[in-house]
Amino acid sequence: MKPTRALLLLPLLMVFLAACGGDHPMSTLDAHSDLTRSINVIYGRIFWWTLLLFILVQGGLIYTVMRFRATGKETTNPEQVHGNIRLELTWTILPVFILLHIAIPTVSTIFESQAPASDDAVTVNALGKQWWFSFEYPELGVVTANEMHVPLGQEVAIRLQSDNVLHSFWVPQLTAKRDMVPGRVNHIKFKAEKLGEFLGQCAEYCGDSHALMKFRIVVDTPEDFAKWVEAQKAPADTVADASKAGFDAFQSAGCVACHAIRGTTAASIIGPDLTHVGSRTMIASGILENNAANIKKWIMDPGEVKPGSKMIDLNLTSEQADSITAYIQTLK
Amino acid sequence: MATPAAVPHTPAVGHSASPSGLWSWLTTVDHKRIGILYGLSALAFFVLGGVEGLILRSQLAVPNNDLVSAPLYNALFTMHGTTMIFLGVMPFSAAFFNYMLPLQIGARDVVFPRLNAFSYWLFLFGALVLNVPFLIQPFTQGIDPSSALAPLTRVIPDGGWFGYAPLTTKEFSPYLSIDFWVAGLQILGIASMAAGFNFIVTILNMRAPGMTFLRMPVFTWMTLVVQFLVVLSFPCITVALVLLLMDRLFGTHFYISSAGGDPLLWQHLFWLFGHPEVYILILPAMGIVSEVLPTFSRKPLFGAPFVIFSGITIGLLGFGVWAHHMFTTGLGAAADAAFSVTTMLIAIPTGVKIFNWIFTVWGGQIRLTTAMLFSLGFVGMFTMGGLSGIMHSSPPVDLQQQDSYFVVAHFHYVLFGGAIFGLFSGIYYWFPKMSGRFLDEGMGKIVFGTVMLGFNLTFFPMHFVGAWGMPRRIYTYDEGMGWEQINLLETVGAFILAFGVLLFIISFFRSMKNGLPAGDNPWDASSLEWITTSPPAVHNFDKTPTVYSDRPVWEKNHGPGPGYSLPEGDEHIHLPPPSIKPLIGAVGVGLFLTSFVLLNLTNLALAVTALGLALTFYSFYTWFLEPGH
Repeated sequence: MKPTRALLLLPLLMVFLAACGGDHPMSTLDAHSDLTRSINVIYGRIFWWTLLLFILVQGGLIYTVMRFRATGKETTNPEQVHGNIRLELTWTILPVFILLHIAIPTVSTIFESQAPASDDAVTVNALGKQWWFSFEYPELGVVTANEMHVPLGQEVAIRLQSDNVLHSFWVPQLTAKRDMVPGRVNHIKFKAEKLGEFLGQCAEYCGDSHALMKFRIVVDTPEDFAKWVEAQKAPADTVADASKAGFDAFQSAGCVACHAIRGTTAASIIGPDLTHVGSRTMIASGILENNAANIKKWIMDPGEVKPGSKMIDLNLTSEQADSITAYIQTLK
Repeated sequence: MATPAAVPHTPAVGHSASPSGLWSWLTTVDHKRIGILYGLSALAFFVLGGVEGLILRSQLAVPNNDLVSAPLYNALFTMHGTTMIFLGVMPFSAAFFNYMLPLQIGARDVVFPRLNAFSYWLFLFGALVLNVPFLIQPFTQGIDPSSALAPLTRVIPDGGWFGYAPLTTKEFSPYLSIDFWVAGLQILGIASMAAGFNFIVTILNMRAPGMTFLRMPVFTWMTLVVQFLVVLSFPCITVALVLLLMDRLFGTHFYISSAGGDPLLWQHLFWLFGHPEVYILILPAMGIVSEVLPTFSRKPLFGAPFVIFSGITIGLLGFGVWAHHMFTTGLGAAADAAFSVTTMLIAIPTGVKIFNWIFTVWGGQIRLTTAMLFSLGFVGMFTMGGLSGIMHSSPPVDLQQQDSYFVVAHFHYVLFGGAIFGLFSGIYYWFPKMSGRFLDEGMGKIVFGTVMLGFNLTFFPMHFVGAWGMPRRIYTYDEGMGWEQINLLETVGAFILAFGVLLFIISFFRSMKNGLPAGDNPWDASSLEWITTSPPAVHNFDKTPTVYSDRPVWEKNHGPGPGYSLPEGDEHIHLPPPSIKPLIGAVGVGLFLTSFVLLNLTNLALAVTALGLALTFYSFYTWFLEPGH
């Protein structure tokens, strides 16, 4: 049996080898907010307890089997032990203390993390759609999609809602997870502790393109955040002739039926607000880089990029698509 | 068992010659044959669910793979979960309940043999309703989406095995896929309920004289607990499904928030069933392990009453923890804290069991048979699943792990490393009793090694990729997330695991024909099934034993007590005659419930409804008039 047992260590070894290299941009183990850090304190505590118990049980099991293997030469049966009340009490009562050691920080963190946000928090209304996210900053007058900007070190209060199916808002390094449930408002509050872009993804099965419902939170310095807010608040720049022609194409093809571009007549709230879509790094809910080729591909055949996409295939000609693409790129 | 019947006659005449042929199987009411039917069906669906799993793993082997489309992937993970739970593990356990339980308690059959047959046929009907869509889909894919037949374009269930509303409501899933799923589960639920009551009444009433509660084998005990869980938890999902059916068919709004309903109602009802269901899946395996470990250590089960009472405690607590599946839904701090604590409490009886199993083995004379290896593997692997379970019993931690691959790792350690390892152990342990032959032990060790290796390679790395943020139920992922190597490794593991299962199946069917003869009590075991012949006669026991110990057969052979005794003289043997009525009744009930699927398409379905009801009433009415013996 020895070779079999050695084989069992193989997966462990391979996993550790695989674990050594590489980036893990969505790793829950790298906490970059007060919320996720407090979670990892509890996680660490449980981890060490479970590791101890793991070694105890597996070690005990393997040792017992090795020590008490039958030799085939026994002449009598082993002693017929039926139990031991003291041992039973020990392993019934000892775990209570371990569980208390886990339960106390658990309960206090539950209540702290679910307490109401402070009054000066930046509020964001996050709305889950099939399959993208709308982000509205009600106090700042900003509406955007799939890319949420937040200031470093300041409390952010996200109000999570859905008007369709269930979704779950998850940026592992900043927010942990909370569902978007039709008919309810859920809350996440956190303070980001590191600048940069943090990836997120819907974590509740929501239909065909659940796997393609991605988003990100960009943590800016407070100054950059203020600049971003100013830029987002402004209506779209519609002065240039080129953009006039582009908007005409946008309008005549039917895009206006679902999308809003502030400063123009396009005002529908069915699809993402495109007022400043050119300033986002990704399109189609975080799955394609924001460039001309991708925009064209996306609007010409939405169902190909995103199975079941609610964006209607408008049967655009290549020329129409080019001119709409050029226009969208001007919406910085 | 003594019946007030008139003519005593010699056993083994007239009754024990087992009839053969298809008709004899369709009309059988023999618990052993029904057990075999359950077992073979479970094996077939286990393979089907495994193939679905392999396709899922193949799709995820590399980033941005396009082996299957998004909708097909979603349908496959829905069916993988539904199949493994309802058509794999549950009927596998039912195979052992049916075959072994009457033998273990010294009975000639279950108390309601025809109801037992009805349960099996209804189970099979439900299983087919769930899987027939795979055969329909290829023909309906091309239907014009604007035609009246559009709901037929998607028929393979694709709402997840958990079927969360509102995704499963008509607005978001206007296809028959969800209707097939609802009908299938509804049918399976009735089959399970009928079987549940049957076994409860059987265990309470049919035990051999002298078999008090604490003399019952632990497998029988765990079966009893499981049947109570079944009859108490399945009504919850039945109600949930009826409400969903009403929303889909008749325009009610139980789960539709814009009309005053609440999608969380579904989750509460579903998990009020779903969590006990986890224990319905695992407790039978725990019962098997509690038989196997003592037998191959040549010792009694350490702390048997504690093992039994912790099983009961787990069953009871299982009804008070359902909302730990809902920590991310925003139930509020007080509810999260309360359900967290009740969940943590379950760790205590679970730990009690694990420690008692280890101390059962301690000091024994351990024979590493394949059955023993799988039971020891169960203890090790189930412990893994238990420990990761402690992690997400803490809601803040769960906010990271919920719906990530970490949870996928967790429940596969519980359901594969736990339940299926236990069931494999049971197959190797009881195969000699069921067939009279040993299941190839040399091959068995290779099977164990391959399954153990493949299992750990597939599921252990999922802890990592989950902690690195990979969500569940995604049909594709991008490069650069650090998930690539791990996913490839898991896929390789899955194929090794599948190879191990394939070896098992080959060796299973070969041993059935050519296995070494085993004799009545090849393992020197302790419970009553080992005193009868292998395979047992149709009437199980020539004479009903009187039991004096919790290990009657061991004590008879090794002392100190007499163990059990057999009465003097001949005994009247009362066996029910075969009947086709259970099969007709199952078809009737099945048709009645399935007609709701078609009702979403055409009102002609009402004819099927009527036919189903007519068959049901005909079968039950004539069944009641049939002579019982």
